[in-house]
Amino acid sequence: MTKNLTCISCPMGCELRVEQNQSGAVLSVTGNLCIRGDVYGRKEVTAPTRTVTSTVRVTGGNKPLISVRTKTDIPKDKIWDCMERIKTASAAAPVAVGDVIIEDIAGTGVPLVATSPANKLEGTNK
Amino acid sequence: MVDYDIIIVGAGVVGSSIARELSRYDARVCVLEKCTDVCEGTSKANSAIVHAGFDAVPGTLKAALNAAGNKAMDRIAEELAVPFKRCGAFVVSLHEEDLPKLRELKERGIQNGITGLEILGREEALKLEPNLSDDVYAALHAPSSGIICPFELTLGFAENAKQNGVDFVFQSGVTAITKTAGGYNVETERHAYSCRALINAAGVYSDIIHNMVCENKIEIIARRGEYILLDKTAGDHVSRTIFQLPGVYGKGVLVSPTVHGNLIVGPTSEDIDDKEATKTTRDALADIVKKSAFGVKNVPLRQAITSFSGLRAHSPTDDFIIGESAPFFFDAAAIESPGLSAVPAIGERIAEMVKEKFSLAKNERFNPLRPMRVHVSELPVPQRRELIEKNGAYGSIVCRCEQISEGEIRDAINGIIGATTLDGVKRRTRAGMGRCQSGFCSPRVMMLLAESLGTDLTGTRKNSPSSLIVYEKTREDT
Amino acid sequence: MYHDIVIIGGGPAGLAAAVSARQAGAGDILILERENELGGILNQCIHNGFGLHTFKEELTGPEYAARYITQVEELKIPCLLSTTVIHIDENRVITAVSRKHGLMSIKAGAVILAMGCRERPRGALIIPGYNPAGIFSAGTAQKLVNLDGYMPGKEVVILGSGDIGLIMARRMTLEGAKVKLVAEIQPFSGGLKRNIVQCLDDYGIPLLLSHTVVDIHGKDRLTGVTIAEVDQNFKPLTGTETDYSCDTLLLSVGLIPENELSREIGVSLSPVTNGPLVNEQLQTNVSGVFACGNVLHVHDLVDFVSEEAESAGKNAVRYIQSGGSAADSISFSEIPLRTGGAVRYTVPASIDPQRAQEETIVRFRVGEIIRGGYVCIYADGKQIARRKRQIMLPGEMEQVVLKQKDIAGASGEILITTEVAE
Repeated sequence: MTKNLTCISCPMGCELRVEQNQSGAVLSVTGNLCIRGDVYGRKEVTAPTRTVTSTVRVTGGNKPLISVRTKTDIPKDKIWDCMERIKTASAAAPVAVGDVIIEDIAGTGVPLVATSPANKLEGTNK
Repeated sequence: MVDYDIIIVGAGVVGSSIARELSRYDARVCVLEKCTDVCEGTSKANSAIVHAGFDAVPGTLKAALNAAGNKAMDRIAEELAVPFKRCGAFVVSLHEEDLPKLRELKERGIQNGITGLEILGREEALKLEPNLSDDVYAALHAPSSGIICPFELTLGFAENAKQNGVDFVFQSGVTAITKTAGGYNVETERHAYSCRALINAAGVYSDIIHNMVCENKIEIIARRGEYILLDKTAGDHVSRTIFQLPGVYGKGVLVSPTVHGNLIVGPTSEDIDDKEATKTTRDALADIVKKSAFGVKNVPLRQAITSFSGLRAHSPTDDFIIGESAPFFFDAAAIESPGLSAVPAIGERIAEMVKEKFSLAKNERFNPLRPMRVHVSELPVPQRRELIEKNGAYGSIVCRCEQISEGEIRDAINGIIGATTLDGVKRRTRAGMGRCQSGFCSPRVMMLLAESLGTDLTGTRKNSPSSLIVYEKTREDT
Repeated sequence: MYHDIVIIGGGPAGLAAAVSARQAGAGDILILERENELGGILNQCIHNGFGLHTFKEELTGPEYAARYITQVEELKIPCLLSTTVIHIDENRVITAVSRKHGLMSIKAGAVILAMGCRERPRGALIIPGYNPAGIFSAGTAQKLVNLDGYMPGKEVVILGSGDIGLIMARRMTLEGAKVKLVAEIQPFSGGLKRNIVQCLDDYGIPLLLSHTVVDIHGKDRLTGVTIAEVDQNFKPLTGTETDYSCDTLLLSVGLIPENELSREIGVSLSPVTNGPLVNEQLQTNVSGVFACGNVLHVHDLVDFVSEEAESAGKNAVRYIQSGGSAADSISFSEIPLRTGGAVRYTVPASIDPQRAQEETIVRFRVGEIIRGGYVCIYADGKQIARRKRQIMLPGEMEQVVLKQKDIAGASGEILITTEVAE
C-alpha cells in the first residue's frame, strides 16, 4: 500500500511516497531530498513521533510560566498523556534553559526540559 | 430608596452636559447609566463634527441650539480640557446645476446666524484643498465648523459634574418609573431612587423612558451610521471637513480629519429596529468606499485601521425634543445630528428650565474647570523629563502606537470617573486606538485594570459585564 | 550620551547584529529593548522549528534566543531594557524613555533598525459585523497563552493560514480549546507545509482555502462568525455563507514591518515590503542607518534573520571604521535591483557593483506558486545566472547569490526575475 505524506523534518516539506507491504513493513520511501526524509517517512508510517512544546507553571518566580519541550520526540499517541502531565507540573524558581522539569514524561522515557529561564521573585532580571 | 432632587437618565454627552450645567446650582443630582461607563452609546460613535449650523432648518431647535452650541465650544473645550479644532468645512457640489442648492444652504446658514459663509469656485477651493475630486464644481466654505473629541467632551462634562457634586451610577438601566406626590420614583436593575425632577437623556432609548411617563407617546428610530477610520498617515489628506451636497447619489459621506490626526470617512444612514445593533455591514462599508470618492480624490482607504457604527436617535418630527413633557419630567430626546454641536446649549437650556422650576440657588463652590489630562507624548521635553523623574510610570510606554505611558493608564483608572474597562481606558487615553488596534497594549492594560480591580485578567472586561476577554488561567495557581 | 553603534530592538535581529558587530571589532555598542528581557518575539514562540540552518538543531524560539543572549552576555554588550525609543532624527540622535532612566538622548555613530513587525488587525481588513471581546490577533493570543498564562477562549475559528495561525491552532487545541477551522483567503496556505501537518492534520482541523470571514456576531463577547468562499478576486461568493459558532476569532492576516521611527528619520520605504529600501550593505538612504530582520522585510525563518542581521552588524562597523561620513552613504554608482516575472521585491533594492563584497545574498519573494521554474539574474540586460527551482512559494522567502565578479561592470540595473521552462 502507498501513503502520501509531507515530510516535516525541515521547512522544505518534501512530498513523500511511502510503500508498505501487508504487514506494514516499509518497502521504499521516495520524494525526499535528503536522508532525513527517508527516516521520517519510515517512522511516520510505523511509529510516528512528535515533539511537544508547552508551558509549565513556576513557583516562587518572577514570571508565572516557563516554556518547556520534550527533549526529543515522543510517540504521537502519547501527546495527550504528556499534556495532562504538563498541566499539573510545576517548576520552582530559579530555572535555567535546559533544566529537567520531569525526568520521564508520561512513560515515554523522554525528559521534559525548560526552554526559557525564570529567576526568583526577589532577584532582578538583568 | 435613595433620594435626589434631580435624576438624569443617560450618561452620554447630552446627559453629562445637563449634569454639568445643573451642578452650577444647589441641588442633589444623580445620573443613572445602564452601561458600565459614560459615553457608551451614540456619544462614542459619531462623526465628531462641531457643525457650523447652516444645515439645520431655520426656526427649529436643531438650528438654534447648533448655532449656540458651536459658539460656546471654544469656552467649553477650554474649561473642560477637550481637544477641539475649528478647522472649517466645505460642502462641495459636483454639478453646476447644484449651485442654487449651495446658495440656498448659505442663505439658510445666514438665517441661522452663522457668519463667515462664502461660496468658492473650483479654483479657489482647490487652492485650499488640493485633494478635492475632479467633479467638484464649487464649495460652500464654513470657517466656524470644527472637529472635537467626543469621548473627552463627554468625559469633560461628566467629570466636571462629578467634581461639583453630581453622582454617577453605572449598570443601572431604568426599569420602571412611577409618579409620586413629590416627583418620581425611579427603579433600576439594582436600586430604587426618588427625585423631584426627572430628565430624559437616554439616547436611542429616550422614547422608552419618555413613554414610561408621558401620555403623548414619542417614537425614536435608531438610525445607524457606519464609518471607516484611517491611519494618522492619512490625516492630512484634507485639512477641513469635506461634506457632499446631497444630490443624485443620496446623502453622500463626509471626509474629515479628526482632532487626533486620523482621517474619518462616513457615515451611511440606515433605519433599524434593533436598538443594540451597532455592527458594521458589508453593504454600508462598500457604500462608504464608493461615495468617499465623489468629493475627495484618492482617499487612501488602504490605510484603514478600523471601522465602526453608531446609532442616532432620530425622531420622525425631524427635530430635537426638548422641554418639560410632563410635570417635572424633562426630555432631551431625539438628539441626533447636530446633537454633539448643540450639546453645550442643550445642557444650558434644560438646566435653566429646571432651575426656574425649582428656583434653585447657585452652587457657590461650583468650579467650571476640569483638570487637564496629562498627555506625556505631547509635553515639551523638559516637562516630560521632570514628570518621569517624579513618577517613573510616565516613562514606561504601554501603547506603542500612540505612545501612551503606564502613568497615563493609571491616571485614567484613577480619574474622577475612573475607567473600569478596556474600552474605558481606550477612550480616556487613546491606548488601543492606534494602527495595531490594541494588539500590543491590551494584555498590558488588562494587567493594570486587574490590579485596580483586585482580580486577575479573567476579571477584566472590554466594556459590558459579559464582555469577558480571557476565560481562565491555563495553569492552576499562576 | 554617545555610542558608536546603537541597535533598536533586542530580538533575534538586534541580538545577531550586536554579536556580529562586536566580533567585527566594534567596542561601543548599545542595544535598546522595550521589553524587560531580550529575545523579542522569540520569547513567545515556544514551539520548535528554529535554528535548523544556524545551529543544525531544531530549537524552540526561547532556546534560539538564549543562544544569542548568552553571546551578548559573554561579549559584555550593554543593553537598556524596558526602554522605548520614541524618536530618531536624521542626525541619528535617538530619544528613548524608560521608567528607570527617564528621557534619554543618545547620539549614535550608526543605527541598526531591528524593531521587527506588528500584526495586521481586524480593523485594517474592514471585516463587517460586531466588535465584541474575543477577537485577537494570533500573536496577542500567543502572548496571553504562552507568557501570561490565560486562555483567550474555548471554541476557536482562525482566519489566516500563515505560520502564526497554524501554530496557534495547535497551541489552543493542546490547551483544551476546540479549534473548528482555519480559513485562508488565498487558494494556498501562507505557512510552512510542516505546520499544516503537525498543527492541522495531526488534530483534524480543517483548512478552508479560498474562504474568509464575512460577518462577526455577538455584541459583548463573540458568539460566531460567518465564513464564505471567495472568487479569484477575493470577493465573497453569494450563497456560500456558512455560520460557525465560536467564542474566539484569531487573526493571522499579515505582518507589517514597524517603521514609524524609520519614517521619522526620513528613511525611504518600499511600498511592497513596507520596510526600508536598502543597498547591499543593508544601509538605508539615511547615512549610517541600517536595517535588518522583520523591520526590513517579513521573514519566515529566524535563521535568515540572523544571517541578515550579521551582515548589518558588520556593515555598521565598516561604516564607523571608515569615518562614517557622507562618502560612504549613497554612492553614485549604486544601481537598482529590478524585479521581473513573479518576483515581488528584493532585499537589497540597490547595489554598488564596485563596493559590493565577493558575494551578496539577495533575498526575495514570489507573488505566486512557481513550479519547475528558474530564477534568472541579468546585469545590464545580459544573463549572468539561471538557477532551477523545484518550487517557489509566496510563503517561503527565496535567496540567490550575486557574485561581484559577475556584476563588476554593470552600470544600469540588475534584474532578478523568474522564468518558467517552456
